[in-house]
Amino acid sequence: MNADLVIILTAILVSVASALVGTFLVLRRMALLSDAISHAVLPGIVLAYWLSGGGRATPTALLGAAAAGLVTVTLVEWLTRSGRVKNDAAIGIVFPALFSLGVLVVSLYFRQVHLDLDAVLYGEIAYAPFNTLTLWGQEIPESWLMMGSLTLLNLLFVLLFYKELKLSTFDPGLAAALGFAPGALHYGLMALVSFTSVGAFQSVGAILIVAFLVIPPATAYLLTRRLPAMIALAVGVGVVSSLVGYALAIWLDASIAGMMATVAGVCFALAFLFSPLEGLLTTQLRRRTERLEVAARLLVAHLAHHDRAVSEEEVLQEFGWSPRFLERAREKALRAGWLEAFREGLRPTHSGLAIGSTGPEPER
Amino acid sequence: MSELLSIFTDYTLRNVALGSGILGVVGGVLGTFAVLRRQSMLGDVLAHAALPGICLAFILSGSKAPLVLLLGGGLAGWLAAWLVLFVLRHSRLPEDSALGVMLSSFFAFGVALLTFIQHGNNASQAGLDRFIFGQAATIVASDVLNFGVLGGIALLCVGLFYKEFKLLSFDPAYAHSLGLPVQGLSTLLTSLTVLAVMVGLQTVGVVLMAAMLIAPAAVARQWTDRLGSMIGLSALFGALAGVSGALISASRENLPTGPLVVLTMSAILLISLFFAPLRGLVWDWVRTRQNRRRVRLERLLLEAQMLHQHQPLTPQALALHRHESQSAAQQHLEELRSRGWLEPGQQGFRLTPAGQQKAQELEQAMRVLPKSAEDR
Repeated sequence: MNADLVIILTAILVSVASALVGTFLVLRRMALLSDAISHAVLPGIVLAYWLSGGGRATPTALLGAAAAGLVTVTLVEWLTRSGRVKNDAAIGIVFPALFSLGVLVVSLYFRQVHLDLDAVLYGEIAYAPFNTLTLWGQEIPESWLMMGSLTLLNLLFVLLFYKELKLSTFDPGLAAALGFAPGALHYGLMALVSFTSVGAFQSVGAILIVAFLVIPPATAYLLTRRLPAMIALAVGVGVVSSLVGYALAIWLDASIAGMMATVAGVCFALAFLFSPLEGLLTTQLRRRTERLEVAARLLVAHLAHHDRAVSEEEVLQEFGWSPRFLERAREKALRAGWLEAFREGLRPTHSGLAIGSTGPEPER
Repeated sequence: MSELLSIFTDYTLRNVALGSGILGVVGGVLGTFAVLRRQSMLGDVLAHAALPGICLAFILSGSKAPLVLLLGGGLAGWLAAWLVLFVLRHSRLPEDSALGVMLSSFFAFGVALLTFIQHGNNASQAGLDRFIFGQAATIVASDVLNFGVLGGIALLCVGLFYKEFKLLSFDPAYAHSLGLPVQGLSTLLTSLTVLAVMVGLQTVGVVLMAAMLIAPAAVARQWTDRLGSMIGLSALFGALAGVSGALISASRENLPTGPLVVLTMSAILLISLFFAPLRGLVWDWVRTRQNRRRVRLERLLLEAQMLHQHQPLTPQALALHRHESQSAAQQHLEELRSRGWLEPGQQGFRLTPAGQQKAQELEQAMRVLPKSAEDR
């Protein structure tokens, strides 16, 4: 089978599965909890390898590894509830401890085996084509099976509990009052995040999975205010960064997972700058146009109170604008047909007079 | 014991101990402010974001001089922190997502750069990855000097601006109203945290540096309620964990230092969390248990008193009244007796004077208004 195809499809499956659950993490303000979970599954994974004799991890062992993620969540919540540590500090305490445990065991006992520190950090998606298994007489890559079923699981979860997720995300109080069991949903979501972290571990490593869980949904968050659109956009951003990242990684001979996450970061930067909703540059551009529009209307309204043409010097004195700004406001008004320029100064036209007397149009 | 003494004689061990000790002190001091200002995870972002800086510094300068790499890492961390604040100011993205995005995209870029360098067949690149989990054994005397200078600057600044930082941590609004440049001070504090991260890069590495900022402060918070002593204790515990973790890791080859330091720190934290006086969780549990027992006994006494007014206080009567088995009732009565509130009478038990008085006090306390106020 074509190696490129295997890697690309694996990457796409990873990003789709992560984006589906990541969207709700971002909306529920639990992005950092995913950071903690993805670090903390490492000792679980190490344990899984160890139990399976250092060979290939069995599904049951991986289930145990995912439980490590849930333990993290419980620990963080317990620490926060004990009142001794604030929530963010609790996250920052729990995950380094668990991650250290994992790293230590890896460096002590697994130096030559399947697992090494590089794999912990950025996965080995390049090896995906070599790990295959036979299913129904067909040889398919292991990663496809693993990530495919995870993607399906996450998709089913989101589709089946869409209404409940939506309600408990945006109004947890109401969800609880209506009897939607937000606690169960919370742990369900956390379990899926753990599963996804464990499943994606081989492909992208323990740390970079955070990038796939958080960056595409955060990018989508900047682009839309509707939940379905946000999910779709998050998936889209994930897929695009997988494709572009893979191409760049091949070109530069760098880590595939690292490059994919980097591209996702670039997507976020682009959305931050150019989002039609509230992008930094779009907002500035819009503010500039609006300021000019107001200035032009102000100018016309001012002129409408005079019977004669008013010279620009007079306007400048009146408003205290800079000459450049007046020029731009005048251009704007002239183009709109509100003003006429004469040799002795500016006069409003009929449409300008109409605007000047009625004031600004009411909001539509 | 001889191993401990060799800190003073063995060149490597001395450097390792000094380097990680400095890290513990600087991280502990600055972490205190980070934790109090609820910016714990900003430290995590700073540390992760240092990786691309280190790699870029290596690519651009071509040298592996530690100071150059540390500076690159520091700059990148500082940039990431600034970007987090910038994104928060100019979009409605929640804080945790902004932190997560910066952390993971900077780190991912760092990983990409690192692999790019490693695959570049550049023979001198080996060892760059020691910044990921730290490798204390590689610390030499000149590194210790660097750490000392960086950490010294950070501590000096904290000393100079102690009053301002204190106000900033506890009441930024008041600080602002006093005319203090809150934003500038906050930037300064973040920049000093960057210095602490730079000190830690070689010892614990980028991934686990956050723990060296957060955990010592959390430990110190368990033992004291005052900022001054919290900073001191935090530095002390940080240094303790740093030195012991680094020494363990230096004792064997291929033991990454970061995880060992962090695990030592976590052990100290666990002990403090449970057993620190006043704030220890164990004392909490003990107190709750005692309270629960006291309340149960007091309610029993009140019930016994009420029953006593109408009929003889026998186990049968109490059992009927409380809907419990006779043996349980008997046990309850014995409990009250052991307290000196009951004594055996002709029929069953009767309240002692002490029991009467206690019951009256309890009744009094349970009224919404004191008896004297009610009479009026």
